[in-house]
Amino acid sequence: MKEHLNCGALLESLSEYVDGVLGDALCEEIESHVAGCDDCRVVVDTLKKTICLYHETSEKTAIPLDVRERLFHRLNLDDFIEERKQT
Amino acid sequence: MNEESQQEFSLDLLRSGDRAEIARLVDAHSTKIYRLGLKMLANPQDAEDVLQNTFLKAIQALPKFEGRSSISTWLYRIAINESLMLIRRRKPEFDFASKVEGDEDDELLLTQFSDWCCLPESELVSSEAQNYLDKAIQELSEKLRVVFILRDIEKLSITETSEALNISEAAVKTRLLRARLQLREMLSIYYGERLDEERRG
Repeated sequence: MKEHLNCGALLESLSEYVDGVLGDALCEEIESHVAGCDDCRVVVDTLKKTICLYHETSEKTAIPLDVRERLFHRLNLDDFIEERKQT
Repeated sequence: MNEESQQEFSLDLLRSGDRAEIARLVDAHSTKIYRLGLKMLANPQDAEDVLQNTFLKAIQALPKFEGRSSISTWLYRIAINESLMLIRRRKPEFDFASKVEGDEDDELLLTQFSDWCCLPESELVSSEAQNYLDKAIQELSEKLRVVFILRDIEKLSITETSEALNISEAAVKTRLLRARLQLREMLSIYYGERLDEERRG
């Protein structure tokens, strides 16, 4: 990494870049840098993948039915336990 | 942005303590609050405590809720405080200063360059990998963890995250970048090993 002067500058904009909210000019700069810098290409790719894997974990976690039941009980909402199931 | 943002609730009904409306609110947000607790504390019992305490406090405070932020952001704020309180209670010996300090000034370190994106999906999302992902979040300092969870797990926007945590958007961005890069490092170590195994056959 150290031999590439632009790597550090790229790093600061990386979040915005992978979120797709970086301006066109900076995007182009990053893309042309990454095309010639294999380490940075790997960093960008694996960072995207890291975020993507965590995005996926959130979809896998839902409140278990027994936890929901105890919650409704604790909140004195027992009469609504049966009414709504998780969406 | 987040799952239930389209769902409308009657603030008047909620403030007046309408139980059906409160039940509807609880159902719309309980998964998010439970998940936040689970990712913050990595323990189902603690997550359930966070969940129950969050809604108990919220219901109590609803008559005074002014609606300046969305209900969702407000609930997250309560849940984060509950989570942090639990963390402090569970680990009184924990030295926060050492982990918290320097989060924003640290040099952004990159040490891992293995290209593990090509690993098969079965390796990337195995249950062992899932455990590792959860464990990696726990390695983040509190400050970074909470920003990462709100932004990349709960998928709040930068603005919503800054409102929920009462910190500037610039601070959210700084912490998010650090959290993401630290996690990328940790995942690269883990998946890099899988990659080596794969190559060795």
